[in-house]
Amino acid sequence: MIRFITGRLLQGILVLWVLFTLTFFLVKALPYGPFQSEKAMPDHVKAKIIAYYGLDQPVSVQYKRTLKNVLSGDLGLSTRLEGRPVDEVLHQAFPVSLQIGTLAMVLALLIGIPAGVISAARKNSSIDFMLMTGAMIGLCLPSFIIGPVLAETLGRKLLWFPVMGWAAGEYQFLILPVVTLSLGTAAYLARLTRAGMLDTLSQDFVRTARAKGVSGVVILIKHCMRGGLVPAAAFIGPAYAGIISGSVVIETVFQIPGIGRHFIKAIEAADSPMITGIVLLYGSFIVLGNLASDLLNLWLNPRMRNAAS
Amino acid sequence: MTILRCIILTFTTILLVNCQRETQVEKANRDKILLVGNGGEPKALDPHLVTGVIESKIISSLFEGLVGDDAESDSVMRPGAALTWEHNPDFTEWIFHLRPEGKWSDGETVTAHDFVFSYNRMLHPDTAAPYVEMLYFIKNAEEFNRGKVLDFEQVGVKAIDDFTLKFFLKEPVPYLPGVTRHYTWFPVPKHVVLSYGKMTDRFTRWSEPGNMVGNGGFVLSSWRLHDHVKVVKNPFYWDAANVQLNGVTYLPIENFYTETRAYLAGQLHVTYQLPPDLVDKMRAEYPKEIREDPYVGSRFVRCNVTRPGLDQVKVRMALSYAIDRKQLCDTILKGYEAADTYSPDLGDYKPESVLGFDPAKAKQLLAEAGYPDGKGFPRYSLLIGSGGTRATSEALQAMWKDNLNILIDIKALDSGSYITAQQKLDFDLALAGWVGDYLDPTTFLLMWTKGNGNNNTGWSSEAFETMLDEAAHNQDAAQRLRIFEKAEKLLMDEQPIIPFAWQAKTYLLSPSVKGWPPLLLDNHPWTAVRLEK
Repeated sequence: MIRFITGRLLQGILVLWVLFTLTFFLVKALPYGPFQSEKAMPDHVKAKIIAYYGLDQPVSVQYKRTLKNVLSGDLGLSTRLEGRPVDEVLHQAFPVSLQIGTLAMVLALLIGIPAGVISAARKNSSIDFMLMTGAMIGLCLPSFIIGPVLAETLGRKLLWFPVMGWAAGEYQFLILPVVTLSLGTAAYLARLTRAGMLDTLSQDFVRTARAKGVSGVVILIKHCMRGGLVPAAAFIGPAYAGIISGSVVIETVFQIPGIGRHFIKAIEAADSPMITGIVLLYGSFIVLGNLASDLLNLWLNPRMRNAAS
Repeated sequence: MTILRCIILTFTTILLVNCQRETQVEKANRDKILLVGNGGEPKALDPHLVTGVIESKIISSLFEGLVGDDAESDSVMRPGAALTWEHNPDFTEWIFHLRPEGKWSDGETVTAHDFVFSYNRMLHPDTAAPYVEMLYFIKNAEEFNRGKVLDFEQVGVKAIDDFTLKFFLKEPVPYLPGVTRHYTWFPVPKHVVLSYGKMTDRFTRWSEPGNMVGNGGFVLSSWRLHDHVKVVKNPFYWDAANVQLNGVTYLPIENFYTETRAYLAGQLHVTYQLPPDLVDKMRAEYPKEIREDPYVGSRFVRCNVTRPGLDQVKVRMALSYAIDRKQLCDTILKGYEAADTYSPDLGDYKPESVLGFDPAKAKQLLAEAGYPDGKGFPRYSLLIGSGGTRATSEALQAMWKDNLNILIDIKALDSGSYITAQQKLDFDLALAGWVGDYLDPTTFLLMWTKGNGNNNTGWSSEAFETMLDEAAHNQDAAQRLRIFEKAEKLLMDEQPIIPFAWQAKTYLLSPSVKGWPPLLLDNHPWTAVRLEK
């Protein structure tokens, strides 16, 4: 098991290095550079600023320098936010994305898994039909529709919740963005869980258990849950990594100071240190999320456990 | 069932708690805190490092220039950090007498030496201040900034004594007091800046909350990226007794629909901009809260005159006559005014109206240029950036198709590529605009000189530049404006840019905000704003 985890972590480091290198050169290949503004600045001033950030040096020198700095934990200064250290920005924005993302994930699990299990247990009943229609709607409606609709109705018209803002994480401000962010994931989880459960429910051992007179609830929870959740479990890790990496749509619609908008803004402004910093953060979480998913699957699925050992 | 009951109970509690809560605006009215939608995240708050309007809104609460903004009128020059000022007969030397009671927010006295230090810092090549050109009015300022003059003593700004500041300008600038209201001319505290690093260090901790010291009506108290910038009343401000607000909270809301929703839900006192498609609805539903103020901005189509076809004046005029500006402003750019020349209203400056909608003439000009009924006209594209310009570009595209029978493509790029393409003259036509920094035609005209970083058309004219030069050296204020009017007429006769609309500031303002009359530059002095319940 330890060998498995170590192997995966080493693989992860390699992935991150490739990711870093690709990102670095892709940003350099952008058709525009940093320090663009609607009002042009004199060329000699721009040259000075470029030199200040060391962007006048050959790309290979910049690459080596940046890699060295990143390895020593220094992500550099943002070029868009005039000299602000990237890690300071991430330090401010990441806890916000983490909080919203975690709450959304928990909510998605609380909605998605029971909905999937109930649907599978009552296959082809009206409740199954209702839940799966709901899940289909949740999957089809993008958050840039759900967000404004919720904000407009529950926020502006009924004044139940603030329509935007963060207010240092006060709960009223969290509800609408968290609900919006969770719905898509919940819908997907519900469908995955239903499929996984149905698959398990059709197995021979279930029929044997039924024949032996084991009650439906016991079969469902004790015998089928573990196997039925395998597809959902494989999805949870990457989904969680994605959800906490920030959602530009949610952050824009609800004015949340998370990571997502920094990412988009940094790309628009060719802010290389910021882009690299966020990609590495995203990357690390996806690597860790996948690892967590795999470990969860090992626990759920004995066949995989044997293969891993 | 128990779970269901618990859920219902929790929700009901949340709803009851929320229903009883007063809105944020009601609470802010009690606390005298103004909640302002500010359009986006400021890049920095050090006045020497920024170029934008968003930053200027915040900086103007933290610092005060020699001349202050008047709450009622843009053309009134109210004493700011300076009490009085005078100039020599040809407007090339100006003396500002600072108010002796002027204090920094840490209680230190604001002196003329602080101003000299600020201009030294801004102009020093190592500071690399992006908006440094605003100081080029000062003698030898540009030379010092470009490293051609090494001794700052030779730059035309001197502290005669602690409270007397003298400027020697490179040419007559009768409108200098208005220029000093721009944040590039604001002082920064020498003692504070130097306590966090060298004068020319671009980024030190001096401009962070808790460290930043200014001479404006407010002090920076908190800044969270993409969340808020908060300023609180500065007790050391010379006019603190008359400042009614206890603070201002700036919210960097980029999505104007979110911002409008926040206003309507009682989370904001004033919005930055109303989305054009909501203007009609707000006019009908909130007639007392919608504001449509004239603004010193012009929107135009920038032509790359190095492209075949577009190098002909007749073609550019044809494109211009084919635009129905009134229809454009009535249907898409709601609140904007159809432009009949390039510069918007600037007081006494009245250039001749030359733009108009005349499809027949447009067709004829295009035929004369060698493209009868649009035949043989190159398939050019209209470059647009991100943001709400697509509808405008589609309307222009349709007008050119209908009236000239030419097909212009629309090329949408992200903002970085959009700007770069224009700077490299790698475009045919581009949708663009310009917002003035002060109320003088120079802020609109100087950019069309040869090699200016904001020209980006490939167009230049010796006659035009001679006129600008002549006006610059004219000491008669009225005559000077007449020469600029002629220069603008020349620009419009050649139309390297095809103006179509003058901007307006369309936004929502809470009835509880007082002291906010329409201002062309939209610089509402925060020290004069009041909140009434």
